[in-house]
Amino acid sequence: MSCLEMRGIEKSFSGVSVLRSVNFTVEGGEVHALLGENGAGKSTLMKTLTGIYQADAGEILLDGVPQTFRTILDSKKAGIAIIHQELNLFPNLSIQENLLIGYEEDFRGMLGWVRYKQLREHALALLQLVGLTRSPETPVSELGIGERQLVEIAKALQSDLRFLIMDEPTAALTAQETQKLFQIIADLKTRGVGIIYISHRLEELFAMADRVTVLRDGMTVGTYCLREVAEELLVERMVGRSVENRYPRSISDPGEMLLELDGIQTRRLPTPISLTVRAGEIVGIGGMMGAGRTEVARAITGIDRITGGVMRLRGEQIHFRAPGEAIENGVALVTEDRKDDGLLLSFGVRFNLALPTLDERQRAGFVRTRRECEFVEEWVKRLAIRVHHMDQPVVNLSGGNQQKAVFAKWLARDPQLLVLDEPTRGVDVGAKQEIYQLMNEMKARRKGILMISSDLPELLGMCDRVYVMRDKAVVGELTGDEMDQEVFMTLVAGRQGVQE
Amino acid sequence: MSWFRRYRLGPLLGLVLLVFILGVTSGQFFTVSNLLDVALQTSVNALLAIGMTFVILTSGIDLSVGSTLAFSSALAAQWMVAGISPWMAGIAALCIGGLAGALNGVMVAYARLAPFIVTLGTMTLFRGLTEIYTNGQPIFNLPNSFNGLGNGAILGIPVPVWITVVVFLIAWAVLSRTVAGRRIYAIGGNEKVAYLAGVRAKRYLVVVYMVSGILAALAGLVLTSRLATAEPTAGNGYELDAITAVVLGGTSLMGGEGTLVGTIIGALILGVIDNGLNLLNVSSFYQDAVKGLVILIAIMLDRKKSEGR
Repeated sequence: MSCLEMRGIEKSFSGVSVLRSVNFTVEGGEVHALLGENGAGKSTLMKTLTGIYQADAGEILLDGVPQTFRTILDSKKAGIAIIHQELNLFPNLSIQENLLIGYEEDFRGMLGWVRYKQLREHALALLQLVGLTRSPETPVSELGIGERQLVEIAKALQSDLRFLIMDEPTAALTAQETQKLFQIIADLKTRGVGIIYISHRLEELFAMADRVTVLRDGMTVGTYCLREVAEELLVERMVGRSVENRYPRSISDPGEMLLELDGIQTRRLPTPISLTVRAGEIVGIGGMMGAGRTEVARAITGIDRITGGVMRLRGEQIHFRAPGEAIENGVALVTEDRKDDGLLLSFGVRFNLALPTLDERQRAGFVRTRRECEFVEEWVKRLAIRVHHMDQPVVNLSGGNQQKAVFAKWLARDPQLLVLDEPTRGVDVGAKQEIYQLMNEMKARRKGILMISSDLPELLGMCDRVYVMRDKAVVGELTGDEMDQEVFMTLVAGRQGVQE
Repeated sequence: MSWFRRYRLGPLLGLVLLVFILGVTSGQFFTVSNLLDVALQTSVNALLAIGMTFVILTSGIDLSVGSTLAFSSALAAQWMVAGISPWMAGIAALCIGGLAGALNGVMVAYARLAPFIVTLGTMTLFRGLTEIYTNGQPIFNLPNSFNGLGNGAILGIPVPVWITVVVFLIAWAVLSRTVAGRRIYAIGGNEKVAYLAGVRAKRYLVVVYMVSGILAALAGLVLTSRLATAEPTAGNGYELDAITAVVLGGTSLMGGEGTLVGTIIGALILGVIDNGLNLLNVSSFYQDAVKGLVILIAIMLDRKKSEGR
């Protein structure tokens, strides 16, 4: 059985040490989870392992033999493959052409033509291995995220794969796709492949991983057998303090009606949608990806025009034509994709935080810079956003800090209704707690929150009520005792009663 | 060296170096009359480049400025010949420039067409309209009172230079100090983020192209007054000089990044090169080649810098 070992790995960037003595061992045929907060050094460690970075100290041993990986090609040759969070496929090419890249020589025919027939057979065999029933000629752009992931795995299987690193593979997958992925991981295990699995979702690790190594501040905290360790202990090790309650829901005491959707429709929502949010209430929307959750948020916040039905805000009928109008009326949206929709990545923290509230600190159209600095400093402090200076580009912040920056930007507007789309995706346990606290603070101040989340325990744990969506329609509303995973999943899966 | 990078001193350093070389190699360079000449020669391009900076900051481009310049000047010149006062004709020309810009802006913002294609089209359209209107003939016999705009001087400094300085100061204040300026940068950084943050991105885009059109018309008035003629071919290729000045000044063609100070420095670099090569009696055939090389070197130096992050 093969064995991959990292010993005393150290790495620093321009004087800031990111990895300080990390020890990490993976055996062939095991799923070894890597757990740690954002910024704990997981990605750096994996980049060091695959030769993207060179370690300052320490060694990498493969079956006891020291290795030097200067580039990612070196590690690939040694049988180590990595599947990044943002998949690295060419969407404009077909599945088989994607598999061809890097292996062109194997399929070179006369005059440098590609031997497509042979490539197709090769691709079919690989797709069968990963259980993807698609023609190899299908363009990758037509595949869903889950299917693309399978193509990535197929790609990794082309070489003599011994270790596979997966970075947050289930972040964008539906429940079924996740199950399928776990099946394939189990297959790989029996073939002797060692899997390094990075995920923030503890439930997943307990479901399919064998061992877990916890990183904190660039150091190995410990390696545990998942069958013998409690979830609370892992969280505590990861965060460095004990977290009593992962979902600190406060007492429910809904007030007057804040938002009322009465059979609204948009171009993207053909079925009329009705739901309500009261002051001092956190209301959830659950369902699979593509069930229409984001579309509801888009309708409420004026991104999509409402074409039918009635929306009422504080009892008054109102339709927004642009996000700007929603914002002026106290409705703010924290978007799903902070990198694409929430932040100007190359711009500074100050610029980003100030953007929605520029009008509040101006005189005759001129920005009052000193006031702005005070304002930004106050919010950075209030939300404990870790920054070096006010004009640091937000692209350099960790995921959790970026998300807090998005929150700060919107909380500063003091919205009456805050719509959150996947507020904790890709955010570590510590930052999650802080975001939950912020939500509870808003709730206590009698604001309304509408939260979309794919994280089921979070949805059921934080919300006072949850609407369930399927096929662009609201199919149920859960309150009190009904807020249970099984009830939820039955609704999500539909009345035919598909299990899980 | 971080302050060097932060304040983007590369273009300024290039300008200083260029001025130094010319000062050493040519005795005439550092005379007051020559320096004023450089400033005067630069003013038309600088006006266009200031407008172009607004557009490029939103990750757009305006190829139509040269044609807008010709079209609005031809109309203004014809009106002046017909007896309308230069003031009225001038203001009307600025309005024409604004409308031309609005046409670009509406197509970019509301019809969601690519700025390059839209302004490529209007560039040809406005040039064609100019040729139809003038019948391909230059317009002479402009009133004497219009002369002062291009050829007069206040306190010994040419009027076009004063105009450029005033326009620059206003534009600089808008971009770097006002809420509107912030929003223009935000749109260039990521239009979707800006829109979701409540910025009326489409309106701003229209305004930005209008600024470019109005400044093109203003540059046209200055040029027409200096030459005492409105040529149907006026401003041909000026859009590229303006873009060059903006890029030399360190503004990113991807939008969201850059300053007007850089743009002015970029325009001055181009002006100094032209002036210096003339002083050194370099044949005009070589001038373009040298200019091209300087531009390439400047951009490569800038590229090295931005890779450092």
